[in-house]
Amino acid sequence: MTNVRDVVVTGLGATTPLGGDVASTWAAALAGESGARTLDNDWAETYGMPVNFAATIKVKPEEVLARPEMKRMDPSAQYAIIAAREAWADAGSPELDGDRIGSVVSSGIGGIWTTLDAWDTLREKGARRVLPMTVPMLMPNSPTAYVSLEFGARAGAHALVSACASGAEAIAYGVEMIRSGRADVVIAGGTEATVHPMPISAFAASRTLSLRNDDPAGASRPYDVDRDGFVIGEGAAVVVLEAADHAAARGARVYARVAGLGLTADGYHITSPEPTGAGQIRAMGAALEDAQVTAADVVHVNAHATSTVVGDLIEARSVSAVVGSAADRVALSATKSMTGHLLGGAGALETVFTVLAVHHRQAPPTINVANPDPELTLDLVRDTPRALPTGDIAAINNSFGFGGHNVALVVTNA
Amino acid sequence: MAFTEADVLAGLAEIVAEETGLPADSVTSEKSFTDDLDIDSLSMMTIVTHAEDKFSVTIPDDEVKNLATVGDAVTFITGAQA
Repeated sequence: MTNVRDVVVTGLGATTPLGGDVASTWAAALAGESGARTLDNDWAETYGMPVNFAATIKVKPEEVLARPEMKRMDPSAQYAIIAAREAWADAGSPELDGDRIGSVVSSGIGGIWTTLDAWDTLREKGARRVLPMTVPMLMPNSPTAYVSLEFGARAGAHALVSACASGAEAIAYGVEMIRSGRADVVIAGGTEATVHPMPISAFAASRTLSLRNDDPAGASRPYDVDRDGFVIGEGAAVVVLEAADHAAARGARVYARVAGLGLTADGYHITSPEPTGAGQIRAMGAALEDAQVTAADVVHVNAHATSTVVGDLIEARSVSAVVGSAADRVALSATKSMTGHLLGGAGALETVFTVLAVHHRQAPPTINVANPDPELTLDLVRDTPRALPTGDIAAINNSFGFGGHNVALVVTNA
Repeated sequence: MAFTEADVLAGLAEIVAEETGLPADSVTSEKSFTDDLDIDSLSMMTIVTHAEDKFSVTIPDDEVKNLATVGDAVTFITGAQA
């Protein structure tokens, strides 16, 4: 474990259902606001879609990006570039050798708007009307490629995909790039733009979405006894990861350390989490060991908790197993109650929340928990933020994905 | 309905403006797509695709390389209308 470079976070960026940047998103999260709303279109009626709401992005990209940029990027890349620009500016827009900058920005689904628009064009107008930019817009590495182009990040541009763990896996890989010496700085995160009738219908078909059409803001309710599925969300979050020595040398402001990584797979089922949570427990255990902290150091967990009946409890039991007797000190937050589920963006957004929670010593709340599930034995932060202790602290951000992917990141104070 | 040269120029300028972000009134006949408007081959094919759709014409790939200026494209599209 010697000579491994410490990795810190020096920049944050996001565009989410709660706000067009990190400050507004964090303020809304602390205030316990919901980003879920009724869709302002006729999809439910036109397609017989059983769900008529989503956690849509608060600030539309057309309010931020120039039109030619919009036309060259799928919405998933648009969100990513908006978040990346904010994160890079937040890191002080350092002028660095691009050969030492990496980009790791993932999407769980990819450029599905572009894919389906092109398919519509093909069927309605024929092959000659399919636009030449279709492939570079739909490819799942498009967001990371645009980030690499924008910032001249040439140490490597990657897009690791693990469904709803993609954003966290991207950040883990970014940390690895710095630890292995490939890069000094990595722009890492996740993005998703799947508020489209096809993926909504498909998730609904798998019976994983909340059907609480009459109460969108109350639909995402992790750990509540009446939870009935997740709320699809969209947006992106990006962090600037930096070698601690590099950040110190340029006098960068440091939010927190990404100190530990734990990545495992269930090898059990394509969508269902393994019931004993063994893979989740191994991921959290590995991340704590990697961070060289113990369960007793953990004061906060940002849960994956999507508001599904089965998934929330498996994770809660896994967390309980990991923190053991330290459970009383752990403030558990399920921020998807407010943001909805950003799929490939979720792990990145929740890393931003975890970093801010450690930095500001404040755990964001979980909303909509009218009646906590009696099987939940952890200390859930409900409705209002919770102060975290002073001194050295550690927090875990969990992200799990269809396919049995488990990613745990340990964040510690700078 | 046939488009006049003026119609085609106006329509093409809109397409180019949308693709490049340049103001439509800067897209004039004498402008070179590559040298003046900084349009790369992928953008040029995007403009061709939109122009074919808008004016209901076919612009063969072999012809595109001959369209050096906006005026060249206007002349070709106007002439190619059925």
